[in-house]
Amino acid sequence: MSKNYLLEIGLEEMPAHVVTNSVNQLAEKTEKYLKENRISFNSIEKYSTPRRLSVIIKDIADKQEDIDLKAKGPSKKIALDADGNWTKAAIGFAKGQGLSENDIFFEELKGEEYAYIQKHETGKSSEDVLEGLTEVIKSITFPTRMHWGSFDFEYIRPIHWIVSLLDSDVVNLEILDVVSGRNTRGHRFLGKDIEIESADTYVEQLKNDFVFVDANERKQIIVDQINKIAKDNNWNVDLDKGLLEEVNNLVEYPTAFSGKFDPKYLEIPEEVLITSMKDNQRYFYARDSNGNLVPDFISVRNGNSEHLENVIRGNEKVLVARLEDADFFFKEDQKKSINDYVEKLKTVNFHVKIGTLYEKMMQVHQIASYLADEFGLSATEKTDLLRSSDIYKFDLVTNMVDEFPELQGIMGEKYANLMGENAQVAKAIREHYMPISADGDLPDSKVGSVLALSDKLDTMITFFAVDLIPSGSNDPYAIRRQAAGIVRILKENNWSLDFNELQNYLQDNLDVPASLDLNKNSKELDDFITDRVKQYLHGEKIRTDIIEAVTSNDVVDPVAMIDVAHILQNHSNDDDFKEIIESLSRIVNLAQKAEFDFNNELSVDDNYFENPSESELRNGISNIKFDEMTSEELYTQLANLKNTIQLYFDENMIMADDDNVKNNRLTQLVIADNIIAKLGDLSKIVTK
Amino acid sequence: MSKKLTVQEMILTLQEFWSQKGCMLMQAYDTEKGAGTMSPYTFLRAIGPEPWNAAYVEPSRRPADGRYGDNPNRLYQHHQFQVVMKPAPENIQEFYLDSLRALGIEPLEHDIRFVEDNWENPSMGCAGVGWEVWLDGMEVTQFTYFQQVGGLQCSPVTSEITYGVERLASYIQDVNDVYSLEWGDGVLYGDIFKEPEYEHSKYSFEESNQDMLFDFFDKYEAEANRLMDLGLVHPAYDYILKCSHTFNLLDARGAVSVTERAAFLSRIRRMAHKVAQAFVDEREKRGFPLLNHAAKETKNV
Repeated sequence: MSKNYLLEIGLEEMPAHVVTNSVNQLAEKTEKYLKENRISFNSIEKYSTPRRLSVIIKDIADKQEDIDLKAKGPSKKIALDADGNWTKAAIGFAKGQGLSENDIFFEELKGEEYAYIQKHETGKSSEDVLEGLTEVIKSITFPTRMHWGSFDFEYIRPIHWIVSLLDSDVVNLEILDVVSGRNTRGHRFLGKDIEIESADTYVEQLKNDFVFVDANERKQIIVDQINKIAKDNNWNVDLDKGLLEEVNNLVEYPTAFSGKFDPKYLEIPEEVLITSMKDNQRYFYARDSNGNLVPDFISVRNGNSEHLENVIRGNEKVLVARLEDADFFFKEDQKKSINDYVEKLKTVNFHVKIGTLYEKMMQVHQIASYLADEFGLSATEKTDLLRSSDIYKFDLVTNMVDEFPELQGIMGEKYANLMGENAQVAKAIREHYMPISADGDLPDSKVGSVLALSDKLDTMITFFAVDLIPSGSNDPYAIRRQAAGIVRILKENNWSLDFNELQNYLQDNLDVPASLDLNKNSKELDDFITDRVKQYLHGEKIRTDIIEAVTSNDVVDPVAMIDVAHILQNHSNDDDFKEIIESLSRIVNLAQKAEFDFNNELSVDDNYFENPSESELRNGISNIKFDEMTSEELYTQLANLKNTIQLYFDENMIMADDDNVKNNRLTQLVIADNIIAKLGDLSKIVTK
Repeated sequence: MSKKLTVQEMILTLQEFWSQKGCMLMQAYDTEKGAGTMSPYTFLRAIGPEPWNAAYVEPSRRPADGRYGDNPNRLYQHHQFQVVMKPAPENIQEFYLDSLRALGIEPLEHDIRFVEDNWENPSMGCAGVGWEVWLDGMEVTQFTYFQQVGGLQCSPVTSEITYGVERLASYIQDVNDVYSLEWGDGVLYGDIFKEPEYEHSKYSFEESNQDMLFDFFDKYEAEANRLMDLGLVHPAYDYILKCSHTFNLLDARGAVSVTERAAFLSRIRRMAHKVAQAFVDEREKRGFPLLNHAAKETKNV
């Protein structure tokens, strides 16, 4: 009958956020190790708590599978001497394989005969192979590692014990001063040290000593306990996944309980209460049937329900101290005006090399003003936008945000409303941070969208102006994320924005400290934005060659690039797509041969026409009013010229002997190319 | 809890407990500092190969936390009970839990957790890995395995346990206001500290002489550097502590802009790195005397 193997690594309390990931790694790496070593098994079960990472390998084979190997030795010429006797080389080869020269046979390889030996290797026992798991244990990676004692070894936390049992027999493993055995520890306070009898009794034995080692079971117990409390009180509890996972990895034996706080604290903004409970204390908060926060919280103890009243009282006391602070900040902050805070921003740096937060707001005001006109905001919207741009960082110097930095923007909106700003201005203050993650929500007001854009553009432009350009993994200010946010906001609102024009405008008009040179790195800035567009398009599953084509344009307009990419992708399955692209690419490629001065107005002279296809193409091209059409219409019109273009190239030699004819034809191609280029560099599209 | 310990009984209990675990009971170091870690009994002794076990109460001054004696939890000066053991005993967590039992805090009657909290003091070139210890949701202790001090790698590793004396006492005596704690013999914390809290807050936020303090900082720094060049590690270290406290006073006053702040911190960091190296060099010249002491001890055992 096959056996089960248990491995438990006993540690000092690991950080909650690494537990699950670490046990997953342990299981994956164990599986890989066993496969590489030809040990078959049925499945691997994972177990974890803050103090232990464990796996049970079910139905593990007794030994490695045997293997047959063919070992290659010297060539026949070397293996046999002139008399046909075995040479020393041959005898040595056979010996090295643990067999004799009589086992040698010859086989041809690339025209030459070689000595071979057929070898049967008996598999090692599973015990022997399992001893190698020390390397697996050591190979787990962690976000932080530490030294302890005098060891030259790092791990997530000090290792105290290792249980390693094949059914009920100890398999020897050694790491530093820890030697494996069957001894483990129960719950820190409720349990005792125990000897595990066998892999099969592990889970039950730990349960008897107050450790739910199955993380899923433990989590379900917590969920059930919280739901029961919620039901008994008629509450709705948001079982936040992240918080539940964290709480689950802070306990070995969970007991949920609820505590109260004075309802007077409900006057503090809800976000502050939730931050205090959820982020600071790892409590779950609850709402009544009307959706209002109740003055209660739910927490989970690492222990049983005895003396629970002490635990409840202690937790209530801690929360009240925090809420008392928050209440104080909330009232103190409202004693000052927005102007007071804005004044204070004059002394707070945005970045040492760039300037103060106040200066940043003044710059953002100007950018916002430009964009409001570009995007056609109404007069009211523009007024709100400019007001918000003048104050939108004020909450950073309030006591509340100083204490709860994660509430930046949120407190800005609250205080702005309380201090008499209109709701749209207040909302924009909160929305300007959005999106706060790669796929985070976008602002839903227009004013907030433009403020968010202006703030991010200013950050990016000023950072580039002082050579703080993200490179590789070095992007401490998350400029990439902000630039990606710019692309998403532009696309969401379908706002066309030409970055070259924007940069020119800002270089001439933006009022910045003298130390900032906005002309610097403007090409790098274009490339940087273009890279974000490429990333966006990769995310949309656009073909790589199409992405290259649409982003090769001189004009950096993210929305235009994205639109054209979708158009080309949609048409790429058309039957005539290949022909269309090939004919247009031909124009693009040949137009490169022209050596004109492009500043001149280009025109084609029909006096030099030799074939009717020339006037046909001329008419076709000049009928395209590209300024007045969408990219989709432009593509369709160019596509319709496919046959005309093919005929044109069939009938006309571009590089004609007569210079006038040649230049006339090249001019025609350049005119066409300039229009085609509105879509991007179509010659980059791969047609098969 | 049968009987509520006064603050001084609490301190005596911890002293008794840790001295039995082999710690020398040191006294508070007589130069202003922001945390027990900055005492030379921790900062310098955590560096190098020599063993070191010590426990002491350290009054810790944080000018920016002053609240004129009005806030029930925040103080210009609070007290830390500091335990450092190098190398960290294998069962240091169990020692710690036993020390809570000695204080009358029976873990089975409470909820005690080790919650990840890695500690860093960049201005002193220090970093460590560990936890904050929660007692029924309240952070009462910082528990750290030093990884780096003064920019130098720690080997062997020192464990540092820092009890927040006022926090823990508030819990033990079940009071909501630090000033209501009984220090000893019926005398309240407020009787002793309320007045100095007010005056120090008044001084730090309103009355400190900024020009003088800026000037002091420069002079203390120059002196520290001069002394380090002479190999006078301990006097140099005193001046570095003075720099640090002077900076904290200026910072509380709002006299340091964000830009200057970074520059000041980097000046302190440079000195901290230099003094850490100077300390090991001096100890090495003396042949790391405490190593020999430890070897003798082992023989006797």
